[in-house]
Amino acid sequence: MVIYGIALLGVCTLLGLFAGELLGSLFGIDANVGGIGIAMFLLMCATSFFKGRFEIGNVSEKGITFWSMIYIPIVVAMAAKQNVVGAIDGGFMALMAGLLVVTVSFIFVPIISNFKRK
Amino acid sequence: MEILNEVLISNNLITAFVFVGLIVYLSYFFSNHFTGGRFHGSAIAIILGLIFAYSAGLFTDGQKGVADFAILSGVGILGGSMLRDFAIVATAYGANFNDLRSSGKAGVFSLLFGVILSFSFGALVAISFGYDDPRSITTIGAGTVTFVVGPITGSAIGAESEVIALSIAAGLVKSILVMTITPLVAGRIGLNNPKSAMVFGGLMGTNSGVAAGLAAVDPKLVPYGAMTATFYTAVGCLLVPSVLFFLVSALY
Repeated sequence: MVIYGIALLGVCTLLGLFAGELLGSLFGIDANVGGIGIAMFLLMCATSFFKGRFEIGNVSEKGITFWSMIYIPIVVAMAAKQNVVGAIDGGFMALMAGLLVVTVSFIFVPIISNFKRK
Repeated sequence: MEILNEVLISNNLITAFVFVGLIVYLSYFFSNHFTGGRFHGSAIAIILGLIFAYSAGLFTDGQKGVADFAILSGVGILGGSMLRDFAIVATAYGANFNDLRSSGKAGVFSLLFGVILSFSFGALVAISFGYDDPRSITTIGAGTVTFVVGPITGSAIGAESEVIALSIAAGLVKSILVMTITPLVAGRIGLNNPKSAMVFGGLMGTNSGVAAGLAAVDPKLVPYGAMTATFYTAVGCLLVPSVLFFLVSALY
């Protein structure tokens, strides 16, 4: 059933965020340490584990695939609520800092991806 | 008219779905008719979203883009971190383990390298604009790591609120630039496979920028980029207010 997929996704997300908060307090920083990354691992383990145990019927799967397909519209909504005025008001320095860092980082993408340990 | 207003506001999340649906429809219309599909519809939709946010910001002088309008307050929920994180985790459903393991090393390396790279260039720009006390330099450098690491570092080391606001602005600029430029340069930087997506996530690190940029390039790459990007903020929160702050204080 569809709710099984959504509930499984919910459990993995909540557990991941919980682990991230624990790690955060462990290191004494007030931020979620990689909670979403952990949640993604959990979902992958759960779906590969359950795939062996009982086939995630295409109906339950829809619960998860719905949320992954609705992701781009969520990103559009996220863009629409950004404080873009604040970013530009941050003045010339903020624009320069952001632009320089992004350009340099783009340059390093191919360098590191094709970096072969000889 | 008053009644319609009330209906839209009390069902604001549904209104948000309709609003975003219209934006996406318009964007794919533009993409097909004006660019023959070359410029990705979702990239246009993100840019349109930013334009709406900018104009709303001018109009309402608020901080939450279109969500400052009561009718569109649902956009704040739909685009909020709760549903964003929920959907990012869902995209992991498509990713498979061996891709992660094979590109893991490059991903981890790019994570550490990315935080230090972003921080140092951000700090350099702060210095070139005349900031000379370690607190401000570190906070602005932290801002160019992400717009989360900036304020967390700023409050941890006691920087002035004005500098913290600047760090948020720098982080926002970075995230918006990554969102919009990534689809344009993806081809030139070989951003078309899980490994380069992980390295990209590790270097850029801004969760929203990386995920939105990759979504506009190829949705199948989102989980790989998001995997490294989610640890980026954590690594930034660990390294910047500690090791990097001591480094900067030693120099200044």
